[in-house]
Amino acid sequence: MGQAAVSVVTLAVVRAPVSLPLTLVVALVKGVLVVFALATAAAYLTLLERKIAARIQLRIGPNRVGPGGLLQPAADGVKLIFKEKAAPAGRDRVLFQIAPALAAGAALFAFATIPINRTICVGGHGGAGPLSVSCAGGYLLHWDLANVNIGLLYILAVTSMGVYAIFLGGWSSNSKYSLLGALRSSAQLISYEMAVSFAIVGPILLAGTLNLEQMVHQQQGLWFIFLQPLGFLLYFTAAFAETNRLPFDLPEAEGELGAGYHTEFAGMRFGLFFFAEYINMVTVCSIATVLFLGGWLAPVWFLPSWLGPIWFVAKAGLLLFVMMWVRWTFPRLRYDRLMQFGWKVLLPLGLANIVVTAVFVAVR
Amino acid sequence: MLSAYIPLLVFLAIVLAFGVGITAASNLLGPRHPTKAKGLPYECGIVPSASARRRFAVTFYLTAMLFIVFDVEAVFLYPWAVLLRSTLHLFGLIEMLVFIALLAVGLAYVWRKGALEWD
Repeated sequence: MGQAAVSVVTLAVVRAPVSLPLTLVVALVKGVLVVFALATAAAYLTLLERKIAARIQLRIGPNRVGPGGLLQPAADGVKLIFKEKAAPAGRDRVLFQIAPALAAGAALFAFATIPINRTICVGGHGGAGPLSVSCAGGYLLHWDLANVNIGLLYILAVTSMGVYAIFLGGWSSNSKYSLLGALRSSAQLISYEMAVSFAIVGPILLAGTLNLEQMVHQQQGLWFIFLQPLGFLLYFTAAFAETNRLPFDLPEAEGELGAGYHTEFAGMRFGLFFFAEYINMVTVCSIATVLFLGGWLAPVWFLPSWLGPIWFVAKAGLLLFVMMWVRWTFPRLRYDRLMQFGWKVLLPLGLANIVVTAVFVAVR
Repeated sequence: MLSAYIPLLVFLAIVLAFGVGITAASNLLGPRHPTKAKGLPYECGIVPSASARRRFAVTFYLTAMLFIVFDVEAVFLYPWAVLLRSTLHLFGLIEMLVFIALLAVGLAYVWRKGALEWD
C-alpha cells in the first residue's frame, strides 16, 4: 500500500517557483495561440466536412474560392459578418445577444487543460524523464494552458455550460421551432453528459489521477483503449450526442425543426453557434485521444517520440474524420429512441464497465 | 497549488474578449433594413399562429430531475476512482460496489415506473 502511494507521488511534476509576470505573459501568448488555432481548425473543419460529404455523395465540393477551395472558410467568414442580422421582433434582446457568444466562449474555454505534448524544460538543465520533470534554472513549459490536477473535472464542468447557450438561444428567439429544438437539445445533452461521466471513470480508475498529462504518462506501453474498449465506445458514442452530430443531431433536425435552436440567428450570430459545434468536436476528440489513445505518445515504438504534437493531432484528426464519416453515412434516430438509447443502453453499460474495471484495479 | 489556476483566469479574459468582440462586430457591421415580415419568427412561411412562450411536455422536466439525481451520484465516483488504485483497495471496492448497486436499483425503479418512456 505504501509503495503504491509513493509511486503516485513521484509522478507529480516538480514545479520550480516562477515569477508572476512571466506566468501571465506565457498564459497570454498560449491563450491567444489556442484561440487562433481552434478558430482556424474550426474554419477548416467546415471545409473538410463539405469536401468529405461531397466525396461520399460523389460530388466535387467547394472548389471555386482559392486553389481547390482552400479559401472558402475565409469567404464564409466575411460573408457571415457582413450579412444583415434579421432577428424576430419578440426576442429577449439581452439573452439573444449573450447566447451565441456563450456557446463559442464555453467551447473555447474547455480546451484549457488538454495537454498536446509532455512538459519540457526550456533553458536550464534537468532530466525530463518519462514520469517526472525537474528543471533547475530553466522554465518548465507545459503544453496545455493550465496544468491543474483536476483537468478532467474542469473540462466536464466547462463543457456543460454549452447547454445554457443552446437553451437560452432557443428560448430567447420566441419561435416555436427554436424552443422545441432547445428543449430537445438540453434534455439530450444532459442525458448523454451522464453517459460521458460514467464512461470516463474507467480511465480514471486505471490511471488514479484527474490530471490529463499524468493520464497520458500512465499509458506508456499500453493505451487505455486496449484495457477499456467498451469505455472508449461508450465515450465516443456519447460524444456524438454531446456535439449534436448525426445520428444524434435531433436539436437541429432540419427536416422537422427548421434548424432547431439557432433557426432565428442570422449572420455571425449563427456563425458563433456553428463555430462552437466544430470546436466542441475538436475538444471531445482531443479528450478521447488523451484518455484512450495515449495522447502525444508515438503510435509505434520506432517512431520518434519528440514529434508529440504531431501524433496528438493525427489521432484527434482520425477521430474527427470518423465523426464526419458517420454523419454522412447514418440516418437520424427518432427522438424517443435517442433518449432511451442514452438511458437504457449507455448508462447501464457504463455502470457495468465501472464495476468490472474497479474489480480489475482493486484485485490486481 | 493555486497558482496553477492563474493561466485559466488569463484565458477566461481572452475568451470573454473574443465573444464580446465578435458579437459587437456582428452588431456594428452589415446592413439593417428591418421590416415587419422580417421580424416574424420563422414558421415555414405562414404567419405565426400563437406565442412561442407556451407549455411543453412534462417529460423534459422529468429528464432534468433524473439527471440531477444521477449526476450528483456520478460526482461521488470521481474521488473514489482516483484513490482506489493507491489507497482504498478492497475495502473501497466493496463500499463502492454497494453504492453502485443502490444506483442500479434506482435506475431499475425509474425504468419500471416508466419515467424513461416518451409517448
